[in-house]
Amino acid sequence: MTGTRLIEISPVTRVEGHGKVTIHLDADGNVDEARLHIVEFRGFERFIRGRLMWEVPVIVQRLCGICPVSHHLAAAKAMDQIAGVDVLPPTAEKMRRLMHYGQVMQSHVLHFFHLSAPDLLFGFGAPAERRNIFEVIRENPTLGLRAIQMRKFGQEIIEATAGKKIHGTGAIPGGINRNLPLETRDRFLAQVDEMLAWAQDALALARGYVEDHAELVKGFGNFASNHMSLVREGDGALDLYHGRLRALGPQGTPIFDMVDYCDYHKHLIEDVRSWSYMKFPFIRSLGAEDGWYRVGPMARMNTASFIDTPLADAAHQALRAFSGGLNHSTLANHWARMIEVVHCVEKIRELLHDPDLQGTDLVAKGERRFEGIGVIEAPRGNLIHHYKVDEHDQVTFCNLIVSTTHNNEGMNRAVKAVAVQHLSGQPKITEGMLNHVEVAIRAYDPCLSCATHALGQMPLQVELVGPGGEVIDRAAQCL
Amino acid sequence: MPLGARVLLIGYGNPARGDDGLGPALAEAIAELHLPGVTVEIDYQLTVDHAALIAAHDLVIFADAAMDLDAPFRLTRTGTTPTATLGSHQVTPEVALHLAGLLFGKVPPAFTIAIAGTAFGAIREGLGPEARCHLGQAVAAVLELLGNSADDRPQVRAKGL
Repeated sequence: MTGTRLIEISPVTRVEGHGKVTIHLDADGNVDEARLHIVEFRGFERFIRGRLMWEVPVIVQRLCGICPVSHHLAAAKAMDQIAGVDVLPPTAEKMRRLMHYGQVMQSHVLHFFHLSAPDLLFGFGAPAERRNIFEVIRENPTLGLRAIQMRKFGQEIIEATAGKKIHGTGAIPGGINRNLPLETRDRFLAQVDEMLAWAQDALALARGYVEDHAELVKGFGNFASNHMSLVREGDGALDLYHGRLRALGPQGTPIFDMVDYCDYHKHLIEDVRSWSYMKFPFIRSLGAEDGWYRVGPMARMNTASFIDTPLADAAHQALRAFSGGLNHSTLANHWARMIEVVHCVEKIRELLHDPDLQGTDLVAKGERRFEGIGVIEAPRGNLIHHYKVDEHDQVTFCNLIVSTTHNNEGMNRAVKAVAVQHLSGQPKITEGMLNHVEVAIRAYDPCLSCATHALGQMPLQVELVGPGGEVIDRAAQCL
Repeated sequence: MPLGARVLLIGYGNPARGDDGLGPALAEAIAELHLPGVTVEIDYQLTVDHAALIAAHDLVIFADAAMDLDAPFRLTRTGTTPTATLGSHQVTPEVALHLAGLLFGKVPPAFTIAIAGTAFGAIREGLGPEARCHLGQAVAAVLELLGNSADDRPQVRAKGL
């Protein structure tokens, strides 16, 4: 055989949405190129047009089953601007923050324990029947119990602030529609210290994995890139709910800093490629070739000057010391993710002691505008919602840049890096090889659905393509 | 059912997929009755997270839509199974009960009510006429299981279930 061949991984498992990986091999059997294709059409930005602005924060939650709250809040922040509100009443902002910290906490726990822990505990090459949450529970019931209880705690906070665990209605343009009753606060206060202790144990587990597998982590999808996130205005602290945009180059050099997120389009451009429905954003000043960037927990650890809660800040400093600069590792994302869990629980505890949560001034009013942009740091990374609304309150324009889209180029590069290491020279796709590729994707994101609004389950398919474009092997795991 | 028993009814399915919303619809119908000691939970699917909730109750009823059922509904006693369906999305009632025992040390008695639906494919909210008819019969069966009669429940009659 001469020329190149192609490997296709399809479907990807334990990832929401629908994706396909094609791996092109050259004549010598080495990986020439690897692509993560998002093959489902994303239609949300079109069919949101014509809906009333008041409906939007509720409707957009259907983008994602794992982090609907992030879409709810990003849309609500955009609608605040359209309602003419730049500053929310303290009760409204703190209730939204409580909702967001509960969401990030439970989502990170799901990501780490339910979806990624099987890979970390049993090894990437372990049989498929072992790599699932049930085996984790069987192997370590205490870990399983904590995962379930921590998720429950986060979801109950969402329910208390948004009205429902999934697809709530708490945030409305200009504010919030409820406060936190004292009895509910006391119920959470009774649990929060235990949650914080468990979060620290989970952090120790994630950190220990990275430290104990330093060579693996260093060699697995580890490549330099730019990083971007919101940081707190003024001091650059980690802020998951609000702030200004900061982007750093691979060595930590600022590309832009303290940018008003309403100007995101002046700094970011979305590129398109013929083989994927997911766009490829890049930093305008650097161009498409050099301007791609990563978002998410590790990007936030890289961009944040510090963390304003003591336990998470100490963990942040430890990560920085371990990394000796910016950390570009794909797998170390899990360490960063667990630092954020600790931060969220610390923030939740702080907020529960704040009497503003029982305030009754819930909604602000302002002079009506016709355009709004809401940006938030979702569990998987930066999330941008941009709307225009006409005089009849109907949406006329919508642009969404979700975390997975920001990370598109990074995920493609991670897949290629892993493919080069584990698939080159192999005649067929083995299950262990397949899962190495999936692990790389899953380290960023268990969720592709919001980037495409795919309906149904998420399988990932892998195809191995030969030099003439012929498919020489195909694999899929329908877990 | 013993006095003071804590009952959990979990109705699951996707109401945006036509008759797949039968489980949530049954749960909503029961919730509207405000039966003492009955907690109603509505979700898109069963997950491992339900184990904690299950272990905190004395009787559990799972309500789900069913395809190709040769009756309007089927109410069956449900036991545990340690055989896990892979993935985080698809947990059966048997696995959820097993996890409750494994993690929280309690497996309450449980029933599953499968309600026959006919239209699952379209993205559409609301049940078809046949499914609505089956729902009414299923609600009556659940009330009977709980020691109540649908005939005594004006809300149920008023909704024509």
